[in-house]
Amino acid sequence: MNSSTPSSSAGGPGSAESAGPRRNSKRPKYSRFTQQELPACKPILTPKWVISTFLLVSVVFIPIGVVSLFASRDVVEIVDRYENECIPLNSRNDKVGFIQSSQDKTCNRTLRVPKHMKQPIYVYYQLDNFYQNHRRYVKSRSDQQLRSPGSEHDTSPCSPEDSTSDNRPIVPCGLIAWSLFNDTYGFTRNNQQLTINKRGISWKSDRDRKFGKNVFPKNFQNGTLRGGASLDPSIPLSEQEDLIVWMRTAALPTFRKLYGKIEVDLQAGDVIDVTLQNNYNTYSFNGKKKLVLSTTSWLGGKNDFVGIAYLTVGGLCFFLAMVFMLIYLIKPRQLGDPTYLSWNRNPGGH
Amino acid sequence: MTSQQRPLLIPSPRTPGKEELPYTPVLGDSLIPVSSYPKPSSGMDSNSQIEINENPHQVPGFIRNSSSQRSISSIQSKTSSGHSVREVNFSETSMKTVRHGSRGADSGGLSTSYKEISDEDARLVYVNDPGRTNEKFEFTGNSIRTSKYSVLTFLPRNLFEQFHRIAYIYFLVIAILNQLPQLAVFGREASVMPLAFVLFVTAIKDAYEDYRRHRSDKIENNRLAWVFQDDKFQQKKWKDIRVGEMIKVSGNETLPCDMVLLSTSDTTGVAYVQTTNLDGESNLKTRYAKQETQTKNPEKERITGLIKCEKPNRNIYGFQANMDIDGKRISLGPSNVILRGCELKNTEWAIGVAVYAGRETKAMLNNSGAPSKRSRLESHMNREIIFLSIFLVTLCTIVCICHGVWLRRHKDELDLMQFYRKKDYSEPEVENYEYYGWGMEIFFVFLMSVIVFQVMIPISLYISMELVRVDYSNGKASTDDLQAEYSVQADGMVLRPKMKVKVDPELLNLSRRKHTDEGRHIHDFFVALAACNTIVPLTIDTSDPSVKLIEYQGESPDEQALVYAAASYGFMLIERTSGHIVIEIQGEKQRFNVLGLHEFDSDRKRMSVILGCPDKTVKVFVKGADTSMFGVIDKSSNMNIVKATEAHLHSYSSKGLRTLVIGMRELSASEFEQWQSSYESASTALMGRAALLRKVANNIENHLNILGASGIEDKLQDGVPEAIESLRMAGIKVWVLTGDKQETAISIGYSSKLLTSKMTQIVINNNSKESCRKSLEDALLLCKKLTTVSHATHGGSTAEVSLALIIDGTSLVYILDTELEEQLFELASKCAVVLCCRVAPLQKAGIVALIKNRTEDMTLAIGDGANDVSMIQKADVGIGISGQEGRQAVMASDFAMGQFRFLVPLLLVHGHWNYQRMSYMILYNFYRNAVFVLVLFWYVLFTGFTLTTAITDWSTVLYSVIYTSLPTIVVGILDKDLSRTTLLKYPQLYGSGQRQESYNSKLFWVMILDTLWQSIAAFFVPLFAYWESDVDGSSIGDLWTLAVVIMVNIHLAMDVFRWYWITHAAIWGSIIATFICIMIIDAIPVLPGYWAFFEIADTKLFWVCLLGITVGALLPHFVVKAIVQYYTPNDLQIAREAEKFQNQRVLRHSQIEMNPIFDPPRT
Repeated sequence: MNSSTPSSSAGGPGSAESAGPRRNSKRPKYSRFTQQELPACKPILTPKWVISTFLLVSVVFIPIGVVSLFASRDVVEIVDRYENECIPLNSRNDKVGFIQSSQDKTCNRTLRVPKHMKQPIYVYYQLDNFYQNHRRYVKSRSDQQLRSPGSEHDTSPCSPEDSTSDNRPIVPCGLIAWSLFNDTYGFTRNNQQLTINKRGISWKSDRDRKFGKNVFPKNFQNGTLRGGASLDPSIPLSEQEDLIVWMRTAALPTFRKLYGKIEVDLQAGDVIDVTLQNNYNTYSFNGKKKLVLSTTSWLGGKNDFVGIAYLTVGGLCFFLAMVFMLIYLIKPRQLGDPTYLSWNRNPGGH
Repeated sequence: MTSQQRPLLIPSPRTPGKEELPYTPVLGDSLIPVSSYPKPSSGMDSNSQIEINENPHQVPGFIRNSSSQRSISSIQSKTSSGHSVREVNFSETSMKTVRHGSRGADSGGLSTSYKEISDEDARLVYVNDPGRTNEKFEFTGNSIRTSKYSVLTFLPRNLFEQFHRIAYIYFLVIAILNQLPQLAVFGREASVMPLAFVLFVTAIKDAYEDYRRHRSDKIENNRLAWVFQDDKFQQKKWKDIRVGEMIKVSGNETLPCDMVLLSTSDTTGVAYVQTTNLDGESNLKTRYAKQETQTKNPEKERITGLIKCEKPNRNIYGFQANMDIDGKRISLGPSNVILRGCELKNTEWAIGVAVYAGRETKAMLNNSGAPSKRSRLESHMNREIIFLSIFLVTLCTIVCICHGVWLRRHKDELDLMQFYRKKDYSEPEVENYEYYGWGMEIFFVFLMSVIVFQVMIPISLYISMELVRVDYSNGKASTDDLQAEYSVQADGMVLRPKMKVKVDPELLNLSRRKHTDEGRHIHDFFVALAACNTIVPLTIDTSDPSVKLIEYQGESPDEQALVYAAASYGFMLIERTSGHIVIEIQGEKQRFNVLGLHEFDSDRKRMSVILGCPDKTVKVFVKGADTSMFGVIDKSSNMNIVKATEAHLHSYSSKGLRTLVIGMRELSASEFEQWQSSYESASTALMGRAALLRKVANNIENHLNILGASGIEDKLQDGVPEAIESLRMAGIKVWVLTGDKQETAISIGYSSKLLTSKMTQIVINNNSKESCRKSLEDALLLCKKLTTVSHATHGGSTAEVSLALIIDGTSLVYILDTELEEQLFELASKCAVVLCCRVAPLQKAGIVALIKNRTEDMTLAIGDGANDVSMIQKADVGIGISGQEGRQAVMASDFAMGQFRFLVPLLLVHGHWNYQRMSYMILYNFYRNAVFVLVLFWYVLFTGFTLTTAITDWSTVLYSVIYTSLPTIVVGILDKDLSRTTLLKYPQLYGSGQRQESYNSKLFWVMILDTLWQSIAAFFVPLFAYWESDVDGSSIGDLWTLAVVIMVNIHLAMDVFRWYWITHAAIWGSIIATFICIMIIDAIPVLPGYWAFFEIADTKLFWVCLLGITVGALLPHFVVKAIVQYYTPNDLQIAREAEKFQNQRVLRHSQIEMNPIFDPPRT
């Protein structure tokens, strides 16, 4: 007697309760996903949670901040800005002219070590206002060419430093390589030469896989306009560490590049004489040049920012935790109390 | 009293085309057939009503509860018990040719009107001569192709279709721009990637769908049918069927093409088809073969003929044709065709001639589906995209202005700068190197910045949209639209599909006394109920061979109800063919010849049937709306009867019953002959057949004796009052638009708790524009007065006097589309309830438009009948209730549901959820892209405004595709702020959407501030931490990428309400995926950033920065969130807490009003 007869219409309301078998059921297959009935956790920001979160943050952040600050303070850093001083007084009116001339550009600077510096001491050159991240500059390189000798002619992004006037490819091509930094530094302490280790200043990954072991500089700096340092054509690119460092273009317009490492301790009060060749032209764009000697900590160089930021955030969180706790004690609110519902607070009004 | 348990059957959906029925079964439920036959003798007036039984538990016998009722309700027809059938032969045999043929001449369904077919508009089909039919090769074959593409056309066509979307054009333009050497910001591969990815994903989806269509097409095309060839029926593949061929279809088979019926196994030429595939209606429809062709057997005699029919069209309820056969011209209507996709049922076989084949069949023409409504989701998205574009253009403008200034300031140095060589010295003669002058450089920078900041317009949004849409809906509309409706037009409160007849014993006894005057009257009344309809009784075998069941299949639930009622009084309709009907009257079978039938039409508002009765009299039985019937009754008849009937009708309609008046007249022989000849000529007329038939009907439906009146109650569906209550509490204004009479409408209003006794009713019932104006003005004055009074008495509190506006269709005629509209709107918006009665379908749409045009509010229309279609299509959200009134409303709707009460969970639960999700997603999407773009932007300020990106181009592109898209999608689909139970318990929570609590300009600006802060934190912490260090661009870029991705994902995590394992997987998985992607990118030696990540991740500063950024950036968000949630909690927050902590304090505060949960959820 059940309505399994074909004509007793299916699909009307109420038929879901019908005992008879459903024909042509359009009901989708049940799954907890499609029915949105997956088990779920419903967290709510209770005062307890809020206060503990703030406390947790301050407990984590304040120590980190303190440690970072100490680490940064431990770093000894000697910075010497020389681009102005290394121009002879008589040429200071025409710095660009001086730097482009073929005069002797040797310059002597004296550094005093303020505190004991533990080895290794990193020697950096710092350029300010040098937009190594300028679009036209950043793009002007050919990574294929650096990697394998077969891609020598792969110079399309390098224009105008892509090839010589007789159409031979420049290796390494592009504006970045062309403008390779070419100031050199020599250090003496008490008339004793301090050796600068220039090995291992670049990333190992770059030496191993990015700059080819069998790619040699070709036609480099042969143009009318010299941009910077020349390269020894007999040394493969993978060993031209200054180039490798330089080719890692800096993120910011003020940057340091590693020049080398001094692998002896320097004592407080030591006087270091620096003999430098001031070759690099930063004068045309008012760029500054600095020589930096610095030790490192676990956090890197001398930079108080991280420590201060951490202390600020940690302190703020501690303060907030206290404020919340106070408010919670003074003016508590029963969570989920229906009397607070808007239509219960002012009946009739919506 | 056995008859009491008799025929209780299932109504089935009605076809549309009868939308104008005065007894439009908005709520076709229980039925009270009422004899209002005024008895002079007894005080039977009140007793003669057959009461419905409101409480199912009181129903005796097997009609115990509503759920089981469906399955067992059938008639036990004791056909085997050997009752004598009184064979009645009508003397004139020529009567046999008079047939039902006029059926459908006027029931146009969706079609508006028919024109007679002119030759050039016609298609000529030579019956049984496919060769000649297809001579001109103008008709398609029967093979179908629902698939869009072939292997060759897939790529171009699919791409063409995909690029119809404006956003894709945007990405294409950006990709092309990037290919220009001057603008090449990104690597070639990276720039094309996003577009390629979206195109690829969509193409894969399309290809898969199309493959499935291909497969089903193939199966469909290779099905076999019996086609008449070489003087016998032979099997042939569907795809080879041609127009003009004769096809034989057996029972339960699907029809291969649209065919005109020639003959069927039934001697009278009846065939039953089920049109589920076509329009979703599951009841059987009756189709007729013409008498002229019914007798022919193609295997014995050759059939030739010419069918002239309309050109193929989409109207599945209309067909018009003529057939020339044997020198005679006969007309064909929709009842003579069977359409592709239908199934032949209860008929052994049917032979037809193919008239439309393949893609010209009505089923195929209807395949494309109605164009979907532009959802609010899309407009939201467009609004958001405009926001984003403005933001984007602003950033780009800033960059290019800065760049211009920079160039100006350095214009003398450009020649010499290492990084900006203006002159090319590599050639012997010095020339300008890639320098196009100041203006051009700025312009290029602008275009480049568009490329760099393209992430601002999220391509992933389109992918998410597609996925989210697939998840939510079955392809019709997005549920997002449910968020903020303000006004709901609810039409009728809709039906439970059960019929209950309670038989009044006294009336039953009376009906058996057939020799009294009274008895004869009642006898005629029930014969009229049983005969004057288009119901088809179907005999169904049961497991017990001696018991047969009769089921009444028909298109109108009201007619079914009346037939069931008659059956329960012992007037059981047993057989209906086109020529006769058999009614078992008190156990005795009587045969009535059906001499003619005038279909219902909306002008006459009545239908009639002319019967040759067993006692050799010819009678016309008429049934129709009271207004139309009182015009055609015999004026000379007893005015008392008329008065009494009118009084009864009034009392029925004020109880909310739908009334019908039944009348009858005996025809004299001359009258009959006159009618017959005009009927015959009218039904075969070529021109204006419908009008002619109407005229014939009008002539015969005259001078009627009133037999009685019936009242059919529309029982409200379960939960309707509660649902309306909830909707009103949710702040939704409920308007009811109904075709019912005013009294009926008001009584339904009361029973559905729409109207309460506390309300002041304003009734507007006018017949002229002037009086309408006056009523409106008066009503507005009254309104004003009441509000001021209430202000005075309640001391300005907001306790309003609720007003109910009741207005009828006639008044609306004068108001809609005139200047009075404004006043009506003003008045209506002041009223809590608006009830419009006697409204025509187009007026319903007009009222929806009234609101839509004047407010920003969303409108939702819900209805179940074909008369609601225009309204459903007009409203922002259209909901169809699939009930007994057919599928028209459902097919036009954005959502379909089974019962009215499901509207409540749809709006309060799903509407709310989707509103929350979408508004959060809009804000979040903006934030997510803006943070990233801002980080890029800050960096640009440190590169001489030259659009270098420290973040690799791959990461830029992957950011919105991989790094952050999945959590957005998952949370956008799964997150729920409150449980179903809570939302149903407090309908007021729905108001948060109406008040736009989750998406408003305040939130937007707060979010902008947050975005700024977070981008600053993410950018400047590394900047300062690595200032004056030897960090390279790629390393710090990786740090920025990771910082932003972690920050953005944790931001989302902080706002997630419900954590599913999938949410965890998506959010933490995305962060891990980002790490992996960056490692992969940095492991490609030819990219400048080779190994950068591994180098920087080796330093502790990197991790310290990452932690600091994450905490520092999100701290303000967290603090604000904690403060707002704790000190200024909104309703949602409190409800969420209550849900979590299971607060029971509710009980203590007894003054707090709670709503009952009327729909306990499953979970």
